[in-house]
Amino acid sequence: MSRAVDVVDLTKKFGDFTAVNSISLSVETGEIFGFLGANGAGKTTAIRMLCGLLLPTSGSGTVAGYDIYKENEKIKHSIGYMSQKFSLYPDLTGMENLTFYGSVYRIPRKQLKDRIDKVIETLSLADFIDRPSMALPVGWRQRLALGAAILHEPKILFLDEPTGGVDPVFRRRFWEMLYRLAEAGTTLFVTTHYMDEAEFCGRISIMHRGEIVELGNPKELIKKHGQPDLQETFISLISAEANNA
Amino acid sequence: MHKIIHIARKEIMHIRRDVRSLFIAILMPLLMTFLYGYAINLDIKNIKLGVLDFDKSVESRELVTKYFSSGYFIPAESQVQLDDPERVLKLTDAHVVLVIKPGFAEALANRTEYQVGLLLDGADANLAAAAGNYAAAVFNQYLVSMLPPGMELPGVTMSHQVLYNPDLKSSHFFVPGLVGVILMMISALLTSITIAREKETGTLEQLLTSPVTPRQIIIGKVLPYIGLALFDGLLVYGFAILHFHVPMTGSNLLLFVFGVIYVIAALSIGVLISTLVKTQQLAMMAALTVTMLPSVMLSGFVFEIKNMPLFLQWVTSIIPAKYFILIIRGIMLKGSGIEVLWPQAAVLIVMTLVLLGIAAKKFKMKIG
Repeated sequence: MSRAVDVVDLTKKFGDFTAVNSISLSVETGEIFGFLGANGAGKTTAIRMLCGLLLPTSGSGTVAGYDIYKENEKIKHSIGYMSQKFSLYPDLTGMENLTFYGSVYRIPRKQLKDRIDKVIETLSLADFIDRPSMALPVGWRQRLALGAAILHEPKILFLDEPTGGVDPVFRRRFWEMLYRLAEAGTTLFVTTHYMDEAEFCGRISIMHRGEIVELGNPKELIKKHGQPDLQETFISLISAEANNA
Repeated sequence: MHKIIHIARKEIMHIRRDVRSLFIAILMPLLMTFLYGYAINLDIKNIKLGVLDFDKSVESRELVTKYFSSGYFIPAESQVQLDDPERVLKLTDAHVVLVIKPGFAEALANRTEYQVGLLLDGADANLAAAAGNYAAAVFNQYLVSMLPPGMELPGVTMSHQVLYNPDLKSSHFFVPGLVGVILMMISALLTSITIAREKETGTLEQLLTSPVTPRQIIIGKVLPYIGLALFDGLLVYGFAILHFHVPMTGSNLLLFVFGVIYVIAALSIGVLISTLVKTQQLAMMAALTVTMLPSVMLSGFVFEIKNMPLFLQWVTSIIPAKYFILIIRGIMLKGSGIEVLWPQAAVLIVMTLVLLGIAAKKFKMKIG
């Protein structure tokens, strides 16, 4: 099996502004890959290109083994996407949201019912599945969104700041769920601002002004830069880059 | 196709949950029907008529009686000792003064030339125009009633004819046009909001990462609103027939088919707007601006297009409501068929294709 994500010199320009400048990275199947960077560093633009929401200006690559230009539809079947914004229908109940998203992937009805039951169980959604999702606390909504993103059993799951605004207890439980998904073979591609979360990742990349300035195992990066923890490593890297600019 | 149905089904759920919008969608047409059917009633009744009868003959009195029994005219306050029509108009509450000079009865009997005078208060142009029409109509009726059938009265040249709306009821003219205005507003408004809402909540992005294409999303979302808009159209149409007694002289089926074409054109405007704006509020503002005023003012709904300045006449040709109002008035009031109305329908179809074409292009650009 080829790599989950494999891109070379991926670039996205909006007019004169270069949001993502020639990034190259590859993610192994089953890996938890952390995608770090300050606000406006180009993380979301990069993820949107990988998910087929944006066409790259230049560069090449594959996601789930499919070409990001030509095989967009196949990519969409293989990936799940959960964005920083809660993107379920607020007026529909959890169950209705799950059913709708499942049906969009053309999962046969009976199979869909089984999968929903399974998702409800693994993510402990049972207590609030019949409430309109706008009435739910943020942490539960995020779990519901995760459920909707994994119903079709994607090979790769893109998570764009999935735990924004969620309390530490919920965050910890959320990551436990992510770990279970990774153990089951799902590749996770996560952006985050929380350094403790970044340390859960097998490898991380740090983006600054559209470029990847560092890439590797979190512990090794800390050692390499001689910093006490990942937070300090991140800050020193970003400020060094800012001084260079 | 499956995916489209799933999206449509979800959209119906949204519509059912969002009681406010549904309320607007059903209440607004009803309100507007009453507003335009009654409040903006251009029928003028109880026009105050002053009479200066210098002939004082049986015939002249008969003519005056005819005016007051027509239902449109009532006597102005008594004019004591006034014999100058201008002073009557100035000093009394009369809107119109009828002057019958001596020799009326004689002229009738001898078929010689004679003119009955009518003086109108032009301050209210609408009223004056209507009063002039009514007065002429009553006068003609009187003349006809005085003559044996087939005989013409030489010297009398008053020939006033009102085509298509012999009852002179403005509601017959307004209410069919109202179907056009309401369908346009509701369709454009609701579709533009529904897609903008998905942008706002981020669900559109979520959907786009799934294997549905933008086209499937748009068709799926728009389908339920075709139903809702047609229901609204039916509502107003029912009112037109049952309540305002607008005659239906043409084919119901033809009207329905052309109605569907028009609704799809209107929905396309909504789709285009929603690809251009990001928020529901903007979508609503844009939809109302683009549809409401032009559909009311520039479609021939209230004001005759041929009376507009040339530049505006040219502008009206891009207003979809103009074409549908021609269609619905043609079918309902004149009984026109497809052989007369197909160019209007063709224009609507072309407009739809152009609008959707631009929308699809804009949508792709957003992704690219």
